[in-house]
Amino acid sequence: MSESQKTIFKTPYPTLPKTLTGINGLDEITEGGLPTGRPTLICGDAGCGKTLMSIEFIVRGAVQFNEPGVFVAFEEKSDELAMNVASLGFDLKKLQQQNLLKIDHVHIDRSEIEETGEYDLEGLFIRLGYAIDSIGAKRVVLDTLENLFSGLSNQAVLRAEIRRLFTFLKEKGVTAIITGERGDASLTRQGLEEYVSDCVILLDHRVINQISTRRLRIIKYRGTIHGTNEYPFLIDEDGISVLPVTSLKMANSVSSERVSTGIAALDDMLGGKGLYRGGSVLVSGTAGTGKTSLAASFANETCNRGEKCVYFAMEESPSQIIRNIRSIGIDLQKHIDSGLLHFNASRPNLYGLEMHLVAMHKCIKKYKPSVVIIDPITNFINIGSVSEVKNMLVRMIDYLQEEQISVMFTALSLNTIVNEQTDEGVSSLVDAWILVRDIEFNGERNRGLYVMKSRGMKHSNQVREFVITDKGLNLIEVYLGPGGVLTGSARQEQMLLEETGAALHSQAIGRKDREILRKRKVLEAKIASLNSEYESVEEELNKVYLEEELKKQILAKSREEVIRLRKGEAVDNYKKEGKK
Amino acid sequence: MANQDGFLENYESDAKATIYVLRLFITGASPNSIRAVENLKTLCEKHLTNRYKLEIIDIHQQKELAENENVIALPLLIKKSPGPERRMVGDMSDTKRVLKGLGLSNN
Repeated sequence: MSESQKTIFKTPYPTLPKTLTGINGLDEITEGGLPTGRPTLICGDAGCGKTLMSIEFIVRGAVQFNEPGVFVAFEEKSDELAMNVASLGFDLKKLQQQNLLKIDHVHIDRSEIEETGEYDLEGLFIRLGYAIDSIGAKRVVLDTLENLFSGLSNQAVLRAEIRRLFTFLKEKGVTAIITGERGDASLTRQGLEEYVSDCVILLDHRVINQISTRRLRIIKYRGTIHGTNEYPFLIDEDGISVLPVTSLKMANSVSSERVSTGIAALDDMLGGKGLYRGGSVLVSGTAGTGKTSLAASFANETCNRGEKCVYFAMEESPSQIIRNIRSIGIDLQKHIDSGLLHFNASRPNLYGLEMHLVAMHKCIKKYKPSVVIIDPITNFINIGSVSEVKNMLVRMIDYLQEEQISVMFTALSLNTIVNEQTDEGVSSLVDAWILVRDIEFNGERNRGLYVMKSRGMKHSNQVREFVITDKGLNLIEVYLGPGGVLTGSARQEQMLLEETGAALHSQAIGRKDREILRKRKVLEAKIASLNSEYESVEEELNKVYLEEELKKQILAKSREEVIRLRKGEAVDNYKKEGKK
Repeated sequence: MANQDGFLENYESDAKATIYVLRLFITGASPNSIRAVENLKTLCEKHLTNRYKLEIIDIHQQKELAENENVIALPLLIKKSPGPERRMVGDMSDTKRVLKGLGLSNN
């Protein structure tokens, strides 16, 4: 186990030397190019790009790596070839003058040749050897060997000679490409070349649902690991671009830096800071819910920060978007003028999914943006199945994550019921999912915005009303009351109602307060009168008590008098009194 | 008879006969080459007595000729004149085809 791991990481012994082709992406798939000093077969149907790929191999070798090359053309004449690839910016004439390229046109015409017995292809070998030696070629292309079979009839000889040719090329130590037309049951017509080649690359040009996609697959590569998938490739003004997608490592570095969405209230919903840099966000919603506005706002914010943004418009033309977005107070034109914003508009039906991916890949590579917007992804469904679209987006997200580019997709959901999955099934892939939803109530439609998910950050679970105004986008807290969620005029009405209610209420309370005050006063007055009544009663009572006391005192006095009298004194007294 | 480095010329005073200019490309002393030379000479002596000019070229010695003359399969015989130019590959063992190629099959 550890032994095998060591071989992967350290390679203690020399592995197969490889020659860089210089073709975009091909070197990554082949992990370093084609086998040096060995023949490689490129096969495929007519028009799949065999000749172009092989000539690009030669030209890039000459221009980028200073390796001279020989191109043996069985089909096209030197001038024709030069003209055909001139559109790609390859100047074959100049390279020929610099002795970096030699084009040898081999012409075979059956009608001109009479076969009169045993022969071999030594002439071709000598010719090839001479061409290689004359410029010190390191790269050789033979395009297309099949023509030998159409020109000469002795199959046995040809087959034997082609085998010998491969050996000859190996002996010469040149890195060779042999092109071959695809046969019915085998990779080539003769079913021979694929066995004697060390590396076989199959090119394919398929049309599915009227949309063509070029694909490339490495069928065989002796002595090395290589990507085994079918990779889409693109032929455009820069030549061939192969997309080495689906890195299955999932070992991307992540950033914890946050970027603003351009709407402060939305940033608030996302934990107050916005999205993670390099994250992916899906904005889904029904038609007319403001997805594009959201996307444009994000783009605008990015450009305002001085970062680059690439906007892939799949439905509207750039000028249309700019015009429409201006109506909400966002000027995208100035960002285009300053070179920060780049629009890339193409109809989904323009080419296949894979081609879109390649084209986007290329565009992103060229502009190196920090934010990418794809608006919308929905229409991709027209040109591929759900799983294909999902696959493509996985690869897209994967690539963008690797490059630390934030991406915003918009998607149209076709029904108003919130599905757990969007149509493209990407909701599970993205880091954040913002759902804009129509809330239809009381004869009007309003937009409600939810954050369905947002990985790795605190986010609001509340619905917000999403308002698009002349001055931009804003989110307003919706009215949540006993009557449910209210938005738009219903919300305002409800708020007004509440205000009035409050005013009325305070009025009522005031009145009641005053009444109570009055009542208290009345009661207080009553209490006072009762008090005075009580006082008078008490006084009366006191008077009685006093009189009683007085009476008691007088009585006691009189009794003492009586006692004294009885004792004699009293008589005297009586007497005295009587005398008086 | 076999003059390795140069020409094998046969002149004849007979004016009505056209001179056949032939060029044979071979590769050194390979079996095919030797057979081709032998077969062709026999054939020419028989059918084109004294009215042919044969140039035998060893392509190994003059490699640049290979491209100019569009040589692929060897041995290769090119009939330069009388026109039209014809090319024959092989060891010239199929006399009928060689004669057809030379335009002599009707004779």
